[in-house]
Amino acid sequence: MVGIVIVSHSAKVAEGIRELALQMAAPNQQILAAGGMADQSIGTDAMLIKDAIVAANSGDGVVVMVDLGSAVLSAELAIEMLEDQALLVKIADAPILEGTIAATVEASVGRSLSQVVATAEGARDMHKQS
Amino acid sequence: MANVIRAIEALADVIIANKEKLTELDAAIGDADHGINMARGFEAVKAKLKTAQPDDIGAVLKLVGMTLISTVGGASGPLYGTAFLRAAAIAQGKTTVDGPMAGQMLAAAITGIKERGKAVQGEKTMLDALEPAYNAFQYGLSMNKTMAECLELAVNAAQDGVEYTKTIIATKGRASYLGERSLGHQDAGATSSYLILAALTQLAKKQSQAGEP
Repeated sequence: MVGIVIVSHSAKVAEGIRELALQMAAPNQQILAAGGMADQSIGTDAMLIKDAIVAANSGDGVVVMVDLGSAVLSAELAIEMLEDQALLVKIADAPILEGTIAATVEASVGRSLSQVVATAEGARDMHKQS
Repeated sequence: MANVIRAIEALADVIIANKEKLTELDAAIGDADHGINMARGFEAVKAKLKTAQPDDIGAVLKLVGMTLISTVGGASGPLYGTAFLRAAAIAQGKTTVDGPMAGQMLAAAITGIKERGKAVQGEKTMLDALEPAYNAFQYGLSMNKTMAECLELAVNAAQDGVEYTKTIIATKGRASYLGERSLGHQDAGATSSYLILAALTQLAKKQSQAGEP
């Protein structure tokens, strides 16, 4: 099953999105929050993200959901720093909350990494009012 | 080796001393965290250098890069972190730095920042200080100038680069939301890059006056 890592500048935001996503998740699905800095301040930490990617991987790869600016840079750096360069990992170009929920559902039914990423990115076109 | 550790401490001190100024610059057109973030990162670097016993310059710069990555938090963390890691790769196994090697390290650092930030010169970023600085440094080398003289040329070019950022619109980072309202303000990242070069230059001048290489 594809793992999911949620990267926000705020640890609370990442944890809150994880909480919502878990409501839709399969029992053994790996969804990890990697938000904020070790000292609880606002920001992103590539080392923390790297560890979360490794922990989220159960062999089918990992999709990384990001919020703004440095979240993307830190996620890219985290991927570059992975010891196992064969680990499949992709950053989804998607809204972090809706994208994570969509990715969770898609991953929970055993879809491939590229299908999970495409579904997360499709969340960009979700409308709240018709 | 002691020289390199002293240089890192000197640039850490100048960033920490300019924490307020960098934060004010960032407050004008960004998210008001550059000074706080950078000072927190370099405080952590200083603390780690006190206990670490790196074998070569590569190890020193790697420690700096890794520490900035996990302590700075904003975009400058992965950007400066990548810059120091790329420079570290050039300095692996080396215990002294000469002019050409310093030039290679600066070039590698700039390439790292461009790749990480998907940025080029002219977008109101640290590259507007660093790229002219690199060109001036290389010009100095080609004229057979000393390291301190080359650095002086570089820091003057970086200062001009910081001034230039007042005349252009930000297209990267949080300041890009402001569009034309970013005009007239100097970029905080370009300023921190200038400050780092200025600290290195000052130290190199002191060392050359003291007869050290």
